[in-house]
Amino acid sequence: MEDKLILGGHEFTSRFILGSGKYNLKLIQAAVEQGGAEIITLALRRANTRESENILDFIPKGVTLLPNTSGARNADEAVRIARLSREMGCGDFVKVEIMHDAKYLLPDNYETVKATEVLAKEGFIVLPYMYPDLNVARDLQNAGAAAVMPLAAPIGSNQGLATKAFIQILIDEIDLPIIVDAGIGKPSQACEAMEMGAAAIMANTAIATAGDVPAMAAAFRKAIEAGRSAYLTGMGRVLARGGSASDPLTGFLR
Amino acid sequence: MSEKSEQLYEENQVYYVDSDTLPPQALARKHRLEQDPSSRTDHMAYMPGMEIIDSDVKDKVVAAMNDFDYSVYTARDVERALSHERCSIEDFKALLSPAAAPFLERMARRAELETRNHFGNTVYIFTPIYIANYCQNYCIYCGFNCYNNIRRKRLSFEEIEHEMKVIAATGMEEILMLTGESRTYSDIAYIGEAVKIARRYFRNIGIEIYPCNTDEYRYLHECGVDYVTVFQETYNSDKYETLHLLGHKRVWPYRFDAQERALRAGMRGAGFSALLGLDDFRKDAFASALHVWYLNRKYPHAELSLSCPRLRPIINNDRINPRDVGEKELCQVLCAYRIFLPYVGITVSSRESKSFRDGIAKICATKVSAGVSTGIGDHEEKYGGDESGDAGDEQFEISDSRSIGAMYADMERGGLQPVLNDYIYV
Amino acid sequence: MAVINGERVSIVPQSIAAYLKSAGYNEKRVAVEKNLRIIPRGKWTDEMIGEDDSIEILNFVGGG
Repeated sequence: MEDKLILGGHEFTSRFILGSGKYNLKLIQAAVEQGGAEIITLALRRANTRESENILDFIPKGVTLLPNTSGARNADEAVRIARLSREMGCGDFVKVEIMHDAKYLLPDNYETVKATEVLAKEGFIVLPYMYPDLNVARDLQNAGAAAVMPLAAPIGSNQGLATKAFIQILIDEIDLPIIVDAGIGKPSQACEAMEMGAAAIMANTAIATAGDVPAMAAAFRKAIEAGRSAYLTGMGRVLARGGSASDPLTGFLR
Repeated sequence: MSEKSEQLYEENQVYYVDSDTLPPQALARKHRLEQDPSSRTDHMAYMPGMEIIDSDVKDKVVAAMNDFDYSVYTARDVERALSHERCSIEDFKALLSPAAAPFLERMARRAELETRNHFGNTVYIFTPIYIANYCQNYCIYCGFNCYNNIRRKRLSFEEIEHEMKVIAATGMEEILMLTGESRTYSDIAYIGEAVKIARRYFRNIGIEIYPCNTDEYRYLHECGVDYVTVFQETYNSDKYETLHLLGHKRVWPYRFDAQERALRAGMRGAGFSALLGLDDFRKDAFASALHVWYLNRKYPHAELSLSCPRLRPIINNDRINPRDVGEKELCQVLCAYRIFLPYVGITVSSRESKSFRDGIAKICATKVSAGVSTGIGDHEEKYGGDESGDAGDEQFEISDSRSIGAMYADMERGGLQPVLNDYIYV
Repeated sequence: MAVINGERVSIVPQSIAAYLKSAGYNEKRVAVEKNLRIIPRGKWTDEMIGEDDSIEILNFVGGG
């Protein structure tokens, strides 16, 4: 059986979702190719009449576009941005991203649930970015999310899996793909998340700030594939656990 | 009879007992039900009045159980399962397989660790009270079955109050109220009133009665019930059909969804089990745990618990026995439950011996009964030695007859902290 | 005065299509919202922009 990532009924072979922010548009094609990415994120902004280059012209054909709702501070704004993004005619995917905290840029889980519910009802394939809270993840699942995107660490921080224990709980308890987003700074961290059972990794800053963007995209692809293989094959001995009682516990059995 | 039904008839012979007092017509009907499958109703069809809920849990559990072939697991799979930090469904299957038998001590140690991590060293003590033993079902292994010649009794509200006073005087704070499965003799209104009496004497009330509709569970919850236990007996519906020959209990799918209806009605928790030994105990244990696992995912707030009853001798039939489920097998099942479902309560009843219950409480049990009688209205007799003599007969023979005081002391002696209640009624 | 992408501008009433063209937008790559209402591409030749309208013209950029 082929190992596919399924989001809202769409199948993907790659488990690497590539961000397109903070680097030269001309590098996007090489990054997509080297990273093997099949999904790329975008943002919606006011258009500029002077700008002659448009990002859509740099994204290879066949790559699924995942517009985010960055800039939204509440559910209403996120819904508005999502609807406008869909109007661009690039599909039904949307990454809900709502922040009204300008200092840490942490997602607002409450507003995110509200936006997810509205957008899922309108037929969007909703991938909400969230702080890894089990109850909220359940609410998102009930609201119709196609996946859940918990943050690994503050966005852009490259700190790695600061929320590891909580992401593990989401992986164990939620019947949706768990896509680790934000804070992943190195391929080794992406690999670790995949070993834990994450369905995919979303990375942007780590690649955008690398010395060689396409080469780092390739490094992430390999790390994600390695982690996935390790997860699928079933890890061997993880930890030596168990007490050290000297008397047998089962001595009473007849 | 077809070859298959003949074979099943033979297999179930151990359970069939005829009473001298049955009128010839009733006896003839009993024999026909036992021998002729075509005389029995469709056990998968709901009877009038039975609520059907929209849920896919049943299908998921049955599919997984049918798919479970425990013969394919090896020592290597068990080793791997024990080395994993979290127990997957696949790991759980390995732990239930015969290949895990040599790993029992290691499983017990792992289970103990999980129990202590989630429950500390506490063990809850409760007592059951049977308020009626009338039953309209013919379940061939059960002492209450409608063809069994036993003294029947339904306690009046005065008698219930008296029994409860006797029990409450021992310090008990949690009670499990049971009836035979008769909607005629133990209707919802009767049970509801009995629960209201119990509310005056106990802080925590569970029921183990016939499966109900959601509105009935909601009413009983308003009366004061917070926990509902329903045993599925066996998750193999084909085998179930040959054991539950008559009555509403015969409807397998309605019984399966009972806990889910109870949770939807606002109950705080639910209890589950198969009666191990009726059918393939490994598959039944697997299905029981998976039933809990799916409902936990669907109703994460619910407090869920597993029991582990084995078959016991009954009045008029002392040949009934737990078959291939020995203490070692039971221990393996319970350790596997604990490792797979670290957060779930595990109740071990007085069907098991003192030595078994003392031992298993150190490994994985979180709740034990004490001061138990499965008869009707005989607590004073049992507690005070006053044999006035009109008590109703018992459902099955118990093995561990310790009083609450003795149980409390024994648990403390075993390094555990007995708890009578830590419960807030809302 | 109309407000277009946050800037107050004085315009004569005209269709969205005409405005996008005259202002130099890449029509194939934008979405348009008038007074918080999305105007589908197919309606751009009919839908007018005039005084008191608030218009947003948006396109995709790089983002994570």
